[in-house]
Amino acid sequence: MRDIAVVGFAQTPCVRETDGTTNGVEMLVPIFHEVLGSLGLTKSDIGFWCSGSSDYLAGRAFSFVSAVDAIGAFPPIMESHVEMDAAWALYEAWVKLLCGEVDTALVYGFGKSSAGQLRRVMAMQLDPYVVTPLWPDSVGLAGIQARMGIEAGLWDEEAMASVAARSRAAAVSNPMAQLSGSLEIPDLLATPYVADPLRRHDCAPITDGAATIVLAAGDRARELCERPAWITGFEHRVDSPSFGARDLLTSPSTVAAGKAAGAEGIEVAELHAPFSHQEILLRQALGLGDDVVVNPSGGVLAGNPMFAAGLARIGEAARRVHDGSASKVLGHATSGPLLQQNLVCVMEGRE
Amino acid sequence: MTKPLSAPLDVGFDYTRSLGPTLGRFLTDLRRRKVTGIRGSDGRVHVPPLEYDPVTAERLSEFVEVASTGVVRGWSWIPEPLEGQPLDRPFAWALIQLDGADTTLLHAVDAGSPDRMATGARVRVRWRAERVGAITDIECFELSDEPADDPVDADEVTMVTTPVHLHYTHSASPTEDPFLRGLMEGRLIAQRCPACSKVYFPPRPACPTDGVPTTDQIELSDRGTVTTFCVVNVPFLGQRIPPPYVSAYVLLDGADIPFLHLLLGVAPEDVRMGMRVEAVWKPRQEWGPTMQNIDHFRPSGEPDAPFDSYSQHL
Repeated sequence: MRDIAVVGFAQTPCVRETDGTTNGVEMLVPIFHEVLGSLGLTKSDIGFWCSGSSDYLAGRAFSFVSAVDAIGAFPPIMESHVEMDAAWALYEAWVKLLCGEVDTALVYGFGKSSAGQLRRVMAMQLDPYVVTPLWPDSVGLAGIQARMGIEAGLWDEEAMASVAARSRAAAVSNPMAQLSGSLEIPDLLATPYVADPLRRHDCAPITDGAATIVLAAGDRARELCERPAWITGFEHRVDSPSFGARDLLTSPSTVAAGKAAGAEGIEVAELHAPFSHQEILLRQALGLGDDVVVNPSGGVLAGNPMFAAGLARIGEAARRVHDGSASKVLGHATSGPLLQQNLVCVMEGRE
Repeated sequence: MTKPLSAPLDVGFDYTRSLGPTLGRFLTDLRRRKVTGIRGSDGRVHVPPLEYDPVTAERLSEFVEVASTGVVRGWSWIPEPLEGQPLDRPFAWALIQLDGADTTLLHAVDAGSPDRMATGARVRVRWRAERVGAITDIECFELSDEPADDPVDADEVTMVTTPVHLHYTHSASPTEDPFLRGLMEGRLIAQRCPACSKVYFPPRPACPTDGVPTTDQIELSDRGTVTTFCVVNVPFLGQRIPPPYVSAYVLLDGADIPFLHLLLGVAPEDVRMGMRVEAVWKPRQEWGPTMQNIDHFRPSGEPDAPFDSYSQHL
């Protein structure tokens, strides 16, 4: 098998609302410029382009086709898209590189959640026959899972608030974060419920943003990057869409993906946990001990650009390898309701 | 720079889906005030019924009738319900294990207050009076130890219609904004790519050839050339003009990209590639930020443009 590495990463600031269009071009042009510029590449050096975004989020058809304008796709390019978080677009690109078809790929995700009402838009990903017609909102659903964990003794509201406080504190050193600062847990627990037992700090904010990663194979990766983040395990698994038939107190798909990807000896993990209790659940599912640094970027509780946030987790984890601060890292992404589908990317630096 | 123009955008569609034997049975039975599950490979009774086992992927077929009463296994409280949700007053979302089922069903519980909700609470279905064969035939659940209403007869359902309405704020791009503001004044504002000098009308957020934002603004006249066209003979919903009529790609003088518009004032059989045309504007008081300010194009009477003048713009 060919060795493939993450060699570049860029993201927009996470913000509550941008003036731009829902097709993402205004967010993507600067980060393409940044990531290609930092590697000394131009668009013609990229063998494959792959994106993740959602028309339901954009409120328009084929928004990802409009987004291709940001590339400047002439002469014609090889391009693909997933209607998922761009972490799955990264997976597609990784497979393309593994096949030896190309040596480089640029992956991007974007979302302007502020354009619509995110809690309602998310009902579109549910079972269309027996669930979506009830318009369950993403926060209300997560609240059910949070309470089940509380009543099972897996976490409590204080532990959930601690996750939020740690995320905001970590985000102080992340200039791209939307929410950061020092929070006191008693103050957090004094705030009202958004969807009992969830409070505002337990829920990822509504964020507009985009992220991009460049992958390269073998010697090309070594040319482009002093310390590439070599992908040593990349797996995704899915649980039943019938969440009433699932054990919501664990995440079998995360357990399976983590095991298959070789999630052992991890120093830094970036977990895609849109709700505070889900970070605790994911840590358990991946077997991450107290010695593992989790979400040093602040994670998605500090900024959650839909369809880019999972990709950004992998980018943030890779950055710890690029800068030499870690040698084995893990990026995780989730999709679907209540951690239905999970992806784990393990990366290593080599001396 | 001022904030680009934006406007409310409401998107709606009635998704109509066929149900098949499993969901068809489930929703038909709801219409009859009955709840039906299906037995999985491991013997568990799934409600709602699944077509295939979530573990073995085996096709499932053994229907099992369960009660319209059950137990709350998990819940959250919604103080401010959203559009489309089962209740318009504060309610609980709950995963409910119906008596006789092994999995849980998501629905709303009309509990009045979170203080009255508890995991383990007994609930029963509140059936909707007018049932159509949909999950919303269960209006909601209510806290009760009593049985729900008895089953009744009703016709089988094979389809379900789910209306979806979503609301957005659509923003114009920074390059579309001067284009739209120009239209309000009867001006045609295009953008030129700083890299390849191509002129885009309507403008794009970035030059699709070079991937750079177009920064140079130029004004075009309302005359151009038909690059290609089609004669519309087919009637369709929302058609404003009786067919046959001509839809034409018009390349404004100075632009590099043609756009689609209506061509009137000429018999369809007389339209040709290269025909010179001019805009016919609506009365000024009807103008808005839209290309519909131009009612249609009509022949200008000039000699046809030579093919070479538009051959690169087809």
